[in-house]
Amino acid sequence: MPNTAIVIESSELLQTITHAKNSLGFTLLLDITAIDNLNKTHPSSTRFELVYILRHADFKETLIYKVAVADETVGVQSISSLFSSADWAEREVYDQYGINFINHPMLKRVLNHMQFEGHPLRKDYEITKGQYCTNAQDLMDEMKPLLKKRNLDLNKGDLMVVNLGPSHPASHGTIRTLVALEGETIVAAATEIGYLHRGFEKSCENHNYNQIIPYTDRLNYCSAVMNNIAFAKTVEDMMDITLPERGIYIRIIVGELSRVIDHLVCLAAGLLDMGGQTNYWYLYNPRDNAYDFLSKLTGARLTNSYMRIGGMTHDLYDGWEADLRDVLTKIDFGITESLKMIAHNRIFNDRLQNISVVSAKQAIDYCFTGPNLRASGVAYDLRFAKPYYGYETFDFDMVIGSVGDTYDRMMVRFDEMNESLKIIRQAIKRIPDGEINVNDKRIIMPAKSSVYGGIEGMMNHFMLVIEGVKVPKGEYYGAFEAANGELGFYIVSDGSGTPYKVKVRPPSFYHIAAYPKIIENYQVADAILTLGSLNIIAGEMDR
Amino acid sequence: MDVSNTHLLDEAVVTTTIDAVINWGREASLWPFVFGTACCAIEFMSTAASRYDISRFGAEVLRFSPRHADLLVVAGTISYKQAPILKQIYDQMPEPKWVIAVGACASTGGFYDNYTTLQGIDEIVPVDVYVAGCPPRPEAIIDAILDIQRQLKREKCFEVRNTEFKGKLDDA
Repeated sequence: MPNTAIVIESSELLQTITHAKNSLGFTLLLDITAIDNLNKTHPSSTRFELVYILRHADFKETLIYKVAVADETVGVQSISSLFSSADWAEREVYDQYGINFINHPMLKRVLNHMQFEGHPLRKDYEITKGQYCTNAQDLMDEMKPLLKKRNLDLNKGDLMVVNLGPSHPASHGTIRTLVALEGETIVAAATEIGYLHRGFEKSCENHNYNQIIPYTDRLNYCSAVMNNIAFAKTVEDMMDITLPERGIYIRIIVGELSRVIDHLVCLAAGLLDMGGQTNYWYLYNPRDNAYDFLSKLTGARLTNSYMRIGGMTHDLYDGWEADLRDVLTKIDFGITESLKMIAHNRIFNDRLQNISVVSAKQAIDYCFTGPNLRASGVAYDLRFAKPYYGYETFDFDMVIGSVGDTYDRMMVRFDEMNESLKIIRQAIKRIPDGEINVNDKRIIMPAKSSVYGGIEGMMNHFMLVIEGVKVPKGEYYGAFEAANGELGFYIVSDGSGTPYKVKVRPPSFYHIAAYPKIIENYQVADAILTLGSLNIIAGEMDR
Repeated sequence: MDVSNTHLLDEAVVTTTIDAVINWGREASLWPFVFGTACCAIEFMSTAASRYDISRFGAEVLRFSPRHADLLVVAGTISYKQAPILKQIYDQMPEPKWVIAVGACASTGGFYDNYTTLQGIDEIVPVDVYVAGCPPRPEAIIDAILDIQRQLKREKCFEVRNTEFKGKLDDA
């Protein structure tokens, strides 16, 4: 079922969105993207259309506005004065599509490098046309206004400018933050991302729906199956199909297991950055046990590609239950042992509490989602706000922080793992027998016996491989509560087996956009832990 | 001392070549710099964790300054934006140095055949061992380290390696 977008004129954009925010209560700006109509058979009047996706303060409803862009070099009014999250979202649209935003504070590329020419997501940009980059940017264009605002001068006083990253042991991937230091204190910071931009969205436009599944694995590679599920679910919702009960339960089980191992690696690495190496062993080793289970089930440790549109590759194996229970026990043990070492540890508490506090209001303004938003005391979890897959029938709690500091962000994750384990244990008990995939030969591959044994099965297989699963024409935004927050896919289908456009709404992109602001006035060592607690995954941030 | 008088030294001395001695030392004390960017870096975490334990092969002293390291482990996708940084890090490493390209992306660009991904790091730095997989299992990464150890044993220890190499980002 496609969402209905409200089409508005570009001249009334700022007014309409101001009204939506202040009067209608749509306080979260989830994402901004654009559509290039160049290759459409029946294009609308203009080549480019902008898409604004907002979420209501009650977290149930989404609202989509579409704006036709008459002239992309003139563009439309920026809404960055209304939402902090719009700042980087608009930069990305400018970078990928070349659409201007009037009155944007600093409209420059965010994912591609500075020497890049052209705009890669335009339909007339060839997918394989790479461009070498020879120089890094100095980021002074961002740093200087920040210093000026605080009446600081680089040439006077004791200010020192230091690069944290891009290649830094604690940057968890490659993220660069330029910081201006007064002693050990950060007085201004600017973050640069895009080092792991791998062209996910362009690749999607060149592959059919099932071929995209392996790409989704590599968005948030710490919880790969969860991305599979989120993508498959969005496409299934577009086609208006529901999985059989057993399929849904398998998705819940492996999905929640991925949430746990995602939090495990976040906490293990975060504590390692703090010098708590023993915690790393206690938290990381059960992850290896979970890998054992997943590789026995899916054939791969990390990038599982287990899901398909309309189901999954195969059923659970004989004896999965005992294996899984064993993994859960080991995870329990790891969490308990790790908490023993830190829960009442003075160093741990002193180093994390009241560091990089993000208030509920700020978090919503930056469009935080997931554990980072809940740490700030906002009760938003899609599994509660808009339950899918029957989450409302499970007995588990939402974990909420109170302060929104680094401590809360980490402890929320610790407790969330326990809640996920609770869900998995209930699902193991309740999982029914039966089919795992939808019974539709236009979606699911036929059995190998009929492919090799008959012409009909063979043709069926052939058509599914060559043309892919056909998705009805339309546009849809599907949201999923992933380990890091709201993982959304905005898919435009032209009715064929290949999507016309796929836009990911990655939680990490919006978390990192806030990062340079929330580390200000704290020390370098605090900034490292803040980054760890936000759990930035470069794969989904840069896509 | 008169060395020709062998019976005086007896079994206290072993004669060998300088290459053999130095390479014997180098082999078991590789100091890796992990240039981890993506999924492969998570598998490297497993390689370093206690189950696979890279220290069994004398390569656990992970260095985060290229100036301390002699083994560059490129684990993950390298984009064109990233390439100059990787090149700079390689250049900062002192000789002798070896490079492992971990996984499909570092080796060939993998299934990211697109506008932003470098199609293999050997376009900019010389590579000694390529590891297949997306991502490779920890065993494969360990195997690559063993390969480097076998390779370096056959090398002249004072020779500068890869003087012929000309990458896309080297000045013409």
